[in-house]
Parts: sequence; structure tokens; C-alpha cells
Amino acid sequence: MSSKAMNLTLKVWRQTGPNETGKLATYELQGVSPDMSFLEMIDMLNARLIQEREDPIAFDHDCREGICGMCSMVINGTPHGPEKATTTCQLHMRKFSDGDTIVIEPFRADAFPVIKDLSVDRSAFDRVIQAGGYVSVKTGGSPDANATPIPKKVADEAFEAAACIGCGACVAGCKNASAMLFVSAKVSQLALLPQGQSEAATRVINMVSKMDEEGFGNCTNTEVCEAVCPKEISVRNIARMNREYLKATVLSED
Amino acid sequence: MLDSKIPSGPLSEKWTEHKGHCKLINPANKRKFEVLVVGTGLAGASAAASLAELGYNVKAFCVQDSPRRAHSIAAQGGINAAKNYQNDGDSVWRLFYDTIKGGDYRSREANVHRLAEVSVNIIDQCVAQGVPFARDYGGLLDNRSFGGAQVSRTFYARGQTGQQLLLGAYSALSKEINRGAVEMYARREMMDLVVVDGKARGIVCRNLVTGKIESYAGDAVLLCTGGYGNVFYLSTNAMNSNVTAAWRCHRKGAYFANPCYTQIHPTCIPVSGDHQSKLTLMSESLRNDGRVWVPKNKGDKRPASQIPENERDYYLERKYPSFGNLVPRDVASRNAKQVCDEGRGVGDTGLAVYLDFRDSIQRLGADTISARYGNLFQMYERITGEDPYSVPMRIFPAIHYTMGGLWVDYNLMSNLEGLHVLGEANFSDHGANRLGASALMQGLADGYFVIPYTLGIYLAGATLPEVDETHDAFKEAVDSVQKATKKLLGINGSRTVDDFHKRLGRMVWDNIGMSRNKEGLNDVLQKIPKLREEFWSDVRITGSGEQLNAELEKAGRVADFLELGELMAQDALARTESCGGHFREESKTEEDEAKRDDENFCFVSAWEYTATGKKAKLHKEKLTFENVELTQRSYK
Ligand SMILES: Cc1cc2nc3c(=O)[nH]c(=O)nc-3n(C[C@H](O)[C@H](O)[C@H](O)COP(=O)(O)OP(=O)(O)OC[C@H]3O[C@@H](n4cnc5c(N)ncnc54)[C@H](O)[C@@H]3O)c2cc1C
Ligand code: FES
Repeated sequence: MSSKAMNLTLKVWRQTGPNETGKLATYELQGVSPDMSFLEMIDMLNARLIQEREDPIAFDHDCREGICGMCSMVINGTPHGPEKATTTCQLHMRKFSDGDTIVIEPFRADAFPVIKDLSVDRSAFDRVIQAGGYVSVKTGGSPDANATPIPKKVADEAFEAAACIGCGACVAGCKNASAMLFVSAKVSQLALLPQGQSEAATRVINMVSKMDEEGFGNCTNTEVCEAVCPKEISVRNIARMNREYLKATVLSED
Repeated sequence: MLDSKIPSGPLSEKWTEHKGHCKLINPANKRKFEVLVVGTGLAGASAAASLAELGYNVKAFCVQDSPRRAHSIAAQGGINAAKNYQNDGDSVWRLFYDTIKGGDYRSREANVHRLAEVSVNIIDQCVAQGVPFARDYGGLLDNRSFGGAQVSRTFYARGQTGQQLLLGAYSALSKEINRGAVEMYARREMMDLVVVDGKARGIVCRNLVTGKIESYAGDAVLLCTGGYGNVFYLSTNAMNSNVTAAWRCHRKGAYFANPCYTQIHPTCIPVSGDHQSKLTLMSESLRNDGRVWVPKNKGDKRPASQIPENERDYYLERKYPSFGNLVPRDVASRNAKQVCDEGRGVGDTGLAVYLDFRDSIQRLGADTISARYGNLFQMYERITGEDPYSVPMRIFPAIHYTMGGLWVDYNLMSNLEGLHVLGEANFSDHGANRLGASALMQGLADGYFVIPYTLGIYLAGATLPEVDETHDAFKEAVDSVQKATKKLLGINGSRTVDDFHKRLGRMVWDNIGMSRNKEGLNDVLQKIPKLREEFWSDVRITGSGEQLNAELEKAGRVADFLELGELMAQDALARTESCGGHFREESKTEEDEAKRDDENFCFVSAWEYTATGKKAKLHKEKLTFENVELTQRSYK
């Protein structure tokens, strides 16, 4: 099915370390197959850089099937590139045209410092989850899984929120570098399920305060986060988190 | 003969008795033990969290930037458990029996029975954590049937079961990190095991960001580092999956068991070109509603829609009337290869068969199909540019899972004391072939419900003198890792790491893949050492060791794959029978099925490392079957 190979101009962010200044470097890449994935195109460029004894471009990736959340490139100004609901690793070159110039940058945010080139440190997300993104049950002694029926609609909604892959595109796309979509997805999943109820109030308070502490910005309802989310996590989760937060703070006052 | 330490007594009471009589460590003393958990996929995250809850001090390590990204995240189809919620006749016994039979009688009865027993607890645990499994309209948990099973015992969360289970385990781990009971070290790669007085007492890691070689001492090491499928280069495993941690333990004395038992998955998206870096699996749950076929006539290149019904060969339904499209993976894969070898393969390359949803869309409607497989259809379309609602999918087998791994006893401890191995990294429960939806079950069984008991048995009984990172054994290990790094960086040859990896992968796929024979294995035993030599004299790695350097990481892993490949061939050559995923062309039934040789091969092959390029030494663990009768597998 492969049609003609393409020639591309790539402008890639190069930065040797966290404290160095970076810049865009330009590479001409010939013979890119439309059947390649975006990351395979970068592999191809890297193979050439190695042949030329240059340092290959550092980037994060693992599953290459859109589920681990590790790949993280801003492509022509959009996190994960032009294709809706698609991670960088799932983007295919057939979506580009011969002669295109493609600008490739890391996910940028104060809370996501660059490690090298396109690789950033997203451990702030882990720390937000550690602040409360769980149900405090220990292993063993759980009741039978069917003891508490959960209406299908609720379970499905919880699933939709739980589908977040924690890539950080929402933060990278937001002009305020807000993490509200990410945090609200976890808060929502657990707020919807009966298992998450007993800790609902402390959870939302602790996660939100951790989020602020990590240096993520405020939400000004631009909804860019939902637009760039590869899993199409809905901004309704943000509304739900705001309600949960209000409920929690009001409750804790009496 | 190796001692598997299987408890005595009737099969169904072994685990309960064993747990009931194991020595306990008093809670105040648990704090004094330092446990190193390497790998935080399903097996590692569940183990680290559960052990921390019990009071142990845990340090956990992973390669990715977060434990949430382990390869387990990619599992799609589901997890088995003998809950019998569907009232269709499932039971612990039946799950046990199916697993033993599916594994072609090359696994341990006692381990498999324990697995089936604890499977029911896993589901309870996950639901309590907030894992959003699929539910029916009554609000109860839904199940599906999965390759090889005639009951519906598979729990699932749309096509993202692995993700939801891993996020559950990750949340439990996060809770313990927050409590200060687990220290998490991400972006670390274990480079060596530190052995003191014959016991595993620590690890040496490379900090992947700074390049620094770090030492960590402990009282026990739990290796939960996943499978070695990436030895094939093209596989469905995540790019970072590797054998390095397991292989370095093997070099330090841990036996590697059944390395030639690898599983080829029948429903992957076919290769499209040389640029391909990995293969994408589509859950075999697709086989519940999709029908597999190829044209009856060789070289029929008409589009699928123009091939009339009577010129289509639904070969699985034809050959296996009672299981049809749901035959086990190895059977489905080998049959696909066979029809392609006959020249009846479809697509540009002829290396694919159809998986067709036309009939089930007619029967159930596109909406139902979309509810079941929507995300898989989307994934397929994204990669191939074709719409599976209107054109049949093209599929081809790809390497997917490795049943072999480090040898462990019933307590999940390797022959090297103190080294425990969990999840896909061990060899224990799937014999020569794993049933669908059983890896997630095993990983979580090991981590949540087995190791919390069995680790205590070791720690309560072992004499463990104080050892810290200043011990000479750590200095030696750090030294040798630094030397190896320097050596790799100094070669400055002409070919990339990937180039070697691709060539190795091709050799392994061609000779130790879906079917094996003596000639091919002997041939590859000549070729791999040559390739390894070439690697060590001609690989080119740019950059330095003191920073993030992906090429250096890959090089270390490929160096180990180049040794593992040879051991796989040696193992495959020695096992002249066929069993499960190990198909020796010299040993097949009249129906072209794998033919076992129970008289001579009813054992586990556990290989001891001698030296690179030298033959490994074979140790055997005899497999005894007291509860099931060994039969020739038949899915007719
Ligand atoms: C595409 C796909 C779909 C699948 N679908 C299913 C399914 O539906 N049902 C099912 O039961 N099974 C399925 N499987 C199999 C199953 O997902 C795996 O067998 C299982 O998840 C392995 O879990 P694990 O915890 O043993 O290892 P992994 O999840 O592979 O985790 C390994 C961990 O070890 C770490 N690590 C590795 N090397 C090192 C090192 N050198 N140093 C430090 N850390 C290291 C990694 O960072 C990671 O944290 C699927 C597999 C694939 C490939
Ligand atoms: S590499 Fe895993 S989501 Fe892209």
C-alpha cells in the first residue's frame, strides 16, 4: 500500500542537558516511507546521525502503541501532532506530505524540566498521584468482587476517566501549563466508584495542593487540554473535580 | 536433579498447608529487612506494595520514567480468574486443568493449582482498588471467553485491561511511596546482581539520566523485569523490554529455564517494511467474533470482497470443528504460517491471513462490534490505513511472550539464594505454552498473593550478616560494569546497535521461531557467535556514558540478547520433542500437531552459565503428574 517516499525538512529541539540552552537544529531527511510511524522516522534520522558520528536525538518512548504515555513530542506546535486522539508513536507519516517542514519540540512546562533534547522529567505527575490517587486498601481481605454492584453507566464513566495515560500533553498544550485534566481524571475515576468514597474529600484536597506545589498553572477553561488529549479525556472531569473540591472544603469546615 | 520444594499433601491443600505452616517474622522485625524489587510492572508493583504494607523496607527500580509505564500497560485482552460468575461450569480445578493442558504438560501441577486458587482473590483485590472492569447491565462484572477456553472466565476493561490493572498496582505502590515505606528509583537499569557468600545481597544500577553507576544493598532481591521477547527484534513487547537484568543474574549463577519456550501470537498487524521497529498485537479476543480465512487457491490476489464464499478456506473452522477460531495461540500461529508457506497468504507480502468481521457485523450489528473492539479497530486503521468494518483485517503471527525465564522453586526463589523471580521473568507456570489472559493473572498472583508469604520463609530462615554498599562485592560489580561501558563506547566501529539487533532477530525468527529443526538450529549456533564477535568489534555508539544515552542502553541489552539467542538455540536443539510453542519439525503427529515425548522429556531444562561462547550446563527438574493424565493435545 506504500505510496511514494517523501523528503522532509525537520527542525528539532536540541538541548544537551537540563541546564544548557537549547536550539532548533535543521535536518533534511530523504526517503521517508508513508507507512512509517513518526518515531520510526526519528529512528531513521538517528541512524543517519550515528553514521555521521553525531549525537542522536534523545526522546522518550516505549510501547509504541499509544498506551504507555511515554512518547512526548510537540509537533508543529501541537502536543502529539496534528492527528486527533493519537499519540506521537501512533502518528503515521502518511499524514504528512512530501516537502513538508516539521518542527519538533519537547513537552514544555515549568513542572516538566527538559532532561535532554525531547526528553522531559514528568515525575511531578507521580508525586501528585502519591498525594492521594488511590484507594487505601491493603492486599488481602477484600470482599468478593461482585458484592457491590456498580451501575454499568457509572463503571463506564469511571473507565473513561481512568483511560488517561499520564503523558502530559494536557499540560504541554495549555498556555498556563495546568494539570487540571490529568488530576481531575484520577479524582473523577475514584469519586465515581463506591470504593473511592471514604477518602474522597482528603484525596481531592491533597492532590490539588500537591498539583499547585509542583508548579502547574491555573485552569482558565481554554479546553485545549481536551483537544490535545490522545485519549480524549473530557473536561467534564475538571468540573467534577471542582465540585468535589468544593464539597470537600465546605465539609471540612464544619 | 533440581529440588522444586513442592510441599507434600493433596494438590488442593498444598498451598493452604504451606502458608499455614511457614515461619512468620514478627512485625517489628520486618522493618529490619531491606527488599530490593527490580521492575515495577504488574509483578513488581504488586509485590513492592504488598511487602511494604507488611512492614518490609522496600526499594523499587524501573527503567521507564514512571512505574505506570511498564510493559504490562499494553496488555489488552483480559485476566483470567476461576470465579464462575457466569455459572458455566468453571472452577479452580478447570482453570488448573486448562492451564496444564494448554502448557502441554510442561509445567508444575502444584504451581499451576496455586495460581488457579489465588486467581479469585486477584479480582477482589483489583475491584477494591477501583479498577474499572467491564460490567453488565445489572452492575455485576462481565466476562468473555478467551483463546483456548470453553468457559467465560476472562475479566476485562475494554481493550485496556493491562493498563487498568497496572494503574491499580501503581496506585497501591504510590500509596506506599507516600507512606515512606517504598523508595522508588525510576530511570534506573539494573546492570548486575551482587552476590555475597552465595546469597543475593544487592544490585548495581545505571542511573539512566546521569550515567552514574549506583549500588544498593539488601537482604533479598526480587527480579520482576519481564520477558525476553525482544531478542527477536520485531516483537509486540515494548521497546525497553530486555533480558539484561535476568541475564546478568544468570551470569552470576541463576539457572535459566526453558529458554526455547517462546510464544508466537496469531493476531498481530503484519510487517509493512524494513523501517518497522515493533509489531502491534491486536487482542485475540478478536477471534471470538472474527473468522480467519485465506483464499482456497494459491496466488489468488483478488480483493477479499471479490472472493466468493466457496473459494474461501476458513481453515481453523475446517480443521478444528470444536474449537474453530478459538484454538490455542500456537495452533493458530502455525496454521497461519502453513497456509502462507503454501502460497495462499494475502496482502502485498503474502505474509498475512484475513480476520473477517463481516458475518458478525451482520449478526450483531456494527454497534455491538464497535462496543467490543472499537479501540482495536481504530488502532488497526491508524497503522494500516484500512477500515476493518468494511475490509477484513490482515493478521500475521509475531513473538509475544516468553514462557522461559529464570528457574524458581515453589517459593519463587531461584537456585541462587535470596534471588526471587516473579512475573514473566520466571519460568514457572505456563509450561511450553501460555493461555490467553493468564500472564496478567500470574504476575499479580506472584506479587500480591505468593511472595508476601514465601519471602518470609526465606528471610525467617536465612543467616544474613550485615552487608552494605561498601562491601568489596559492590566495588567489584561497579568496576566491571564501568569497564564494560567503557569497552562498548571505545569500539567506535561502523554499524549501529539496531543493525546488529535486526540481524540477530532475523536469525532467531527464522530458526528458533514458529518451527525449529536440527539443521537450522545447528546453523544458527554457528552464526550467532560470529555475529556477537562482529558486534564487539564493529558496533558504533556515539556520546558518553555520563549522560542520557539511549544507544548505550540498547547496546548493553543487545549484547545480552546475543548471548541469550545462543542459549535458546542450544535448548531448542537439546529438546528433540515438540511441545506447545516449541515445535520441532522432526516430532509431529499425523495431524501436524506438536508431538511430545513424555518418556524422555518430561522435565524442565535449567541451564547453568559457564562462560560466554561455552556450552551451558544442563540441570533437570523432573515433572511429575499425579492429578492429571498426560494426553496428546487435540483441538479437533
Ligand atoms: C501487546 C501485549 C498484550 C498482552 N495482552 C495480555 C493479555 O490480554 N492478558 C494477559 O494475561 N497477558 C497479556 N500479555 C502479557 C503480559 O502483558 C505480560 O506478560 C505481563 O504484563 C508481564 O508483567 P511483568 O510484571 O512480569 O513485567 P513487565 O510489565 O514487562 O515489567 C517489567 C518491569 O521491569 C523493569 N525492568 C526491566 N528491565 C530492567 C532492568 N534491567 N533494570 C531495572 N528494571 C528493569 C521495567 O522497567 C518494568 O518496570 C500481553 C503482552 C503484550 C506484549
Ligand atoms: S510510546 Fe507508549 S504511548 Fe507512545
